[in-house]
Formats: sequence, structure tokens, C-alpha cells
Amino acid sequence: MKGRLAFVAAAFVLLALYPLVAGKFGIDLATKIMIYAVFALSLELLVGGTGLVCFGHAAFFGIGAYATVLLSPAGAPASLAWLLPACVGAAALYALAVGALSLRTKGVYFIMVTLAFAQMAYYVVHDTPLGGGTDGIYLDARPALGSLLELDGAHTLYFFTLGALALVFGLLALLVRSRFGRALAGIRVNEQRMRAAGFSTYPYKLAAFTISGALAGLAGFLFAVKDGFVNPELLSWHLSGAVLIMIILGGIGHLRGALIGAFAFVLLQEFFKSEALFGDFARHWHLGLGLTIILSVALLPRGLVGLPQALQARRPRRPVTGSAEDAT
Amino acid sequence: MSEVLLQCRELTRRFAGLLAVDRVSLEVQRGTVHAVIGTNGAGKSTLINLLAGEIAPSAGSVALLGHDVTRWAQPRRARAGLGRSYQRTTIFPSFTVLENCRLAAQARFQHPWRWWQDAARCPASLGAAREAAARAGLAEHLERPAGLLSHGGKRQLEIAMCLATAPQVLLLDEPLAGMGAEETERMLALLAGLKEGHAILLVEHDMDAVFRVADRITVMVNGAVLASGTPEAVRANAEVQAAYLGGH
Repeated sequence: MKGRLAFVAAAFVLLALYPLVAGKFGIDLATKIMIYAVFALSLELLVGGTGLVCFGHAAFFGIGAYATVLLSPAGAPASLAWLLPACVGAAALYALAVGALSLRTKGVYFIMVTLAFAQMAYYVVHDTPLGGGTDGIYLDARPALGSLLELDGAHTLYFFTLGALALVFGLLALLVRSRFGRALAGIRVNEQRMRAAGFSTYPYKLAAFTISGALAGLAGFLFAVKDGFVNPELLSWHLSGAVLIMIILGGIGHLRGALIGAFAFVLLQEFFKSEALFGDFARHWHLGLGLTIILSVALLPRGLVGLPQALQARRPRRPVTGSAEDAT
Repeated sequence: MSEVLLQCRELTRRFAGLLAVDRVSLEVQRGTVHAVIGTNGAGKSTLINLLAGEIAPSAGSVALLGHDVTRWAQPRRARAGLGRSYQRTTIFPSFTVLENCRLAAQARFQHPWRWWQDAARCPASLGAAREAAARAGLAEHLERPAGLLSHGGKRQLEIAMCLATAPQVLLLDEPLAGMGAEETERMLALLAGLKEGHAILLVEHDMDAVFRVADRITVMVNGAVLASGTPEAVRANAEVQAAYLGGH
């Protein structure tokens, strides 16, 4: 418990200090990673917290991003005070609708239905005038909060994103230990028993789905502000898959797993894309990334979060205090 | 002082041609154990599922504490005072014994929007959980992961989780299944103690146990009630003798 808290606190302190040493590229990359971390955290609430594997999470991310661009007035910066809630709200609203329908199914059907709804949203932005087609749309001016906060500078955006990440992490940490979070955990392990005890599980799952969609929308908003540009790829199933891989890589069932997973995934991607390291082979970065992920999941089935334990178990002749294994 | 807490009338359930439960009527009074016996496939578990609201009946009605609950979903019936245990142990194996009971108790104090409060410090549900665990004989094992309990311990936990929801009616589906002699005795003593204040519907295969604790017995064959009455009357019933008890 203390170790976890120390790890998370240290991670946030390091992130807060990072701009002191980082250049423009580093700031940009770290901002992107933190946005993905918010996105991964939102999915972790569903997958690790509630046991619902959503394979269409990019839809909520993309809707948050597109809302940012579409709702911003031409030529002038929009006020953060209404734009941010509006974008998060748009994603939440779509999540509410998708959740209301898809949560009537279970297991692999749920996975497929969430994917289908995401593909629907994808083709709406891809094939209608609303979304600007494959070319995407540019954001005229980044939103601001009066003269207090202008998200135009890379450093401002970095700290704004860091603040959002800390807020989301804190919120979810509270949520997980609250009665609501415990009920979600109960639903994950044994929904039948929860219903027998007197929990109407559907509203619980729908609330979790909507909150998760809203947080994914927040990540989408940040992404659109960072890049100043949106395209349909933000809603693609590739991104839905990537964010699932992030939380699997980090370790499902732990909030810090989402954090670690987002860092590991993006850094691995950058590593294998690096022409300085791999030369021409860098074009085939998918191969290296894929193999690394397969290897990592095979060696660390509980994700990178389980790495210290796995190392300790390997060290011979040292008594390891037995931890309570999940007996399911 | 014959207060009927649970009652069903002409309860029927068909599964694609198969009549699993056929016009079953019975009632359970406060302070009594009503046992339902019958061969495998007689429809006992389906009956419990119908009473609990886990599946919907094809016809007939269910009344709980005087309310017609036929159209109520399971969670609503549970909150109204109907607790059930499962034949196949249905617990949260990765959670501690205390958390299993606490989570069940939380159903009465759900407060899902109080995010700032730590569930593990919810005094109402913790109190109910400790009391239920102690009553079921698990006071020593509160901090153990439920999955590490012995088989008998898991069955006790089933009952404890049921009690933690403060039910008035208990539907117990084979609580003695797979238990050793000592564990059976402990469970029977627990059931005898629970009789007071609760209406208990017990489905059980262990005939010695049934005849020891039951106040009324209903015998089911092929989904229908063959006989119903006091243990003596059922034991003496010639049809039951022929169909089921085999000279017990």
C-alpha cells in the first residue's frame, strides 16, 4: 500500500519536474503520453474496475476531440469554461446511449457491440461533411480561460494535462475504494451474487460506462488541443485496441497499471520507430512493437505492475511473504 | 403466530416444452423451516430461482411479506427482505471473508454517489457484516481470502452473505451439499438458530437432516407437488414412499 502510494507520488513529482530538463520534443512526447494515460485510466475503470471489456473506447476519445474542433468558433479561441464541459459532455452522452444498449449483452457480444458502435461513429466523421472526411479538420485557435490560462504554449498545455491526469487519477482512486467502486468490483467478480444481495447491477454498470466515456472524452479534448488537428483515425478500432494493450501491458486491475502502460506503449512505439536505431527497419516498427508486447504479456501475465514481484520470486533462497492469490 | 412471509400460487415455468415447475403452491411461515425435497431434476432449483426472481415464471404468482412481487426483479425482492444461497458456491473468492459479507450488507446502504467515503469504513455495512460472519461461525476467518476457506467454510460464508442483507425470508439451496459430518452438524445448529425470526425454505438432499430440522416438507416429482405436510405425514405417505423415500 505504502509502496504504491510512494510510486505514484514519485511519478507525479518527476512529471512536474520534467520540463526543467526537457526540450520541445520531450515536452510534446510527455504531453502525448499523459493524454494517453488519461485515456487508459478511463478504460481501466471499465475493464479492471467493472470487468467490462470495451473494444470501442476510441469513439469517446474521438468524439471529445471532434467536439473540441467543431464547437470552437472560427478564428477566435473558445473559452475553456464551456468548451471543456461541452466536449466531455458530448462523449458522456454518446457513452450513455452506447452503454444503455450494449450493457444488455455480455461477454464477447458486449465486446462486439461496443466495437460496432465505435465503427458507426468512425464512419460518421469519415464519410459525412460534418467530420471533414479523411483529411480531418484543423483547430483555428486553442481554447483559453480569459487571459488567465492560454493553452497555446507547450509548457502551459503540459502542466494543464498533468493537472488533468492527477485529477483523473485522484478521482478514480477515490472512486475505487468508495461504495460505488466496491460494488463495481463485486459486479466484476460475481454479478449474480450482487443481484441476489439486492444490487440492481445495470444502473451501476451504466454509470461506470458513462463516467468512463466522459473521461475518455477529456483525453480526446486534450489531444485535439495538443495537435490542433483531428482526423477519423482518432475513432478507429486501432486506437481502441492500442488503449486496451496499454492497460494489459501495465497490468489490469491497478490504476497505476494504466499509467505505466501508457508510458511503456508510447515509449516502445517511439523506440521501434527510431531511424537512428533501426535505420530502414524502422518502417516495420509494428513488428518490433508487437513482438515486444507478446513477449511482455507471456513473461508478465499481470503486467508491468507485477514486475517487482516476478523479480523477487526469481531470486533464489529468499523467503517471499505469500500474498493472497486470486483463487478464481 | 402463523405469519406467512413467502407464498406462491400455481407457480409454473416451462423451458421449451419441458415443464420444469408445474403449478406449485406453497407457503413459508416465520419461525419455520419448509423443506422441499425431490429427485434430481424434480424442479427444486428452478423453484428457488422463480421465488428469488432470478428467472420469470410462465404463470402463477409470488407474494413476499404480503406484496405481490411476481413482476419484481431479483434485486428489488432482495432489498425487500428475500435472501438466497446457491447450490454451487457463489462467493467473491478474491475478497476477504469480511469484504464478502460487507459487500452483501452494503446492498442496504448503497449510497453510490458518496465517492469521497471509504467503503471499508462504512460502519453500517461493517457492523452487519461482522455480525453475520460471527453468526455463521466465521468470526475467526474475517481477514482470510474467501477462496482459501475450506468447502464447509465457503458454505458457511454463503449463509453469512445471505444474513448480511438482513433478510426475513431465506431460500437455501442445498446448504449441506458436500459437507462432512462435523460440518453438517454445525450447519444444522446454525439453521435451527436461524429459524427464529426467519421464514426458511430449504432445498436439501440429505434426508436425515431434512427430517431433523423441517417443520413442513413438500415433495416434488417432475416439477409438480406430490405431497406436502408435516414430516410425519410425509413420511407416512404411501405415494412418497413409492416415488422417493424408498422405505426411509
